Amino acid sequence: MKRVLETKDVAGQSPNYLLARVQDLVDWAVNASRANSLWPMPFGTACCAIEFMATAASRYDFARFGMERQAFSPRQADVLICAGRLPFKLAPVIRRIYDQMPQPKWVISMGACASTGGIFDNYAMVQGIDTIVPVDVYVPGCPPRPEGLLYGVLLLHKKIKGESLFDGVPRRDEAVLDERGLRLPPDQINEISEPFGNSVHQFRSE
Amino acid sequence: MNPSVDALRATFGNAIGRAAEASGDTIVYVARASLSAVMAWLRDTPGQAYDYLVDVTAVEYRDRERPLEVVYFLRSLARRVDLRIKIELDPRGELTLDSVVPLWRGADWLEREVYDMFGISFRGHPDLRRILMWETYAEGHPLRKDFPLRGRFSRAEQVRQALAAHPEAHYSMEELSIADAYDELPADMKERLRRGERGTLPHSE
Repeated sequence: MKRVLETKDVAGQSPNYLLARVQDLVDWAVNASRANSLWPMPFGTACCAIEFMATAASRYDFARFGMERQAFSPRQADVLICAGRLPFKLAPVIRRIYDQMPQPKWVISMGACASTGGIFDNYAMVQGIDTIVPVDVYVPGCPPRPEGLLYGVLLLHKKIKGESLFDGVPRRDEAVLDERGLRLPPDQINEISEPFGNSVHQFRSE
Repeated sequence: MNPSVDALRATFGNAIGRAAEASGDTIVYVARASLSAVMAWLRDTPGQAYDYLVDVTAVEYRDRERPLEVVYFLRSLARRVDLRIKIELDPRGELTLDSVVPLWRGADWLEREVYDMFGISFRGHPDLRRILMWETYAEGHPLRKDFPLRGRFSRAEQVRQALAAHPEAHYSMEELSIADAYDELPADMKERLRRGERGTLPHSE
């Protein structure tokens, strides 16, 4: 609001007119509506989905933040919430769901497993869903408490409110997958899939 | 010790190996060649009546010298008795066993899982293919001790192969249609289908 509107003081009196660029006004209106009426597409695969349900239910109630309608169809959804670990077998499924969502769309990676593979540094698990779909907000935790997910949603609101229709930047990678069938270069996937933290001390895989 | 062990020894002699007791359960080692005969006998002999196959699984021990074991968990629902049958396989040899699907239909997916995870094939299985990993999975059999924990391929290659998979290939209704299941349906359901109560009969008799 501060960025958009500029008040003009006239001789110490209360402001009696406003100045704003039309672009900023449009961005403000569009972004505020988008941010405050997100329709989440829950993609719950594990225990994070239980916390997600708690977040959606009456005690935490993310309907307070505009997420009143959960879309169990990707075609009527804005934000994909991957709640839980993603095995390789589900990778083409989440990719198809993401591709089916209309623009504009955002992705929240909920929990350690969705964000990094978590404790499942093994043959079956995707090491971070960002190797499959672009991610806007990573919520840490194992699983995150509902407050954590709500904080992630609020961060997403903040991010959306900072976007602009007029900056000439394509909002999101529209390309489905590159000619290799990947969304990141292979060495980048290998790099972000490397074990880190305590996993580097894990010798069983040699 | 489960009295079935002595009965097995009396009937099959040398085909029955050692027996042990663990946590109240009796484990019997059976020679690979007699598996089908022993299982059929255990199921059909009135005093045994092991009519329920609880699980089929396999174990590979860390000690490379120990053989790979395939484990059958049997239960007699009427007598409330459990029995565990183990078959030893040399991991360097041929990993093939007779299927018990002709005896217990429930063994179908259990044996598929053992095949998927350990690479043990079951002779006579009607539909032996992977069940947990996707069918084009090319890295091997994950629960074998020589399988690296993170898989054989690089992460990028794993992601590429996973994304190249067709997500609906495994969840199609073609996998089991009512027409395939028709012969197995209970009589009253067949009758309802015949009357056209729900839909039409896929193939008329």
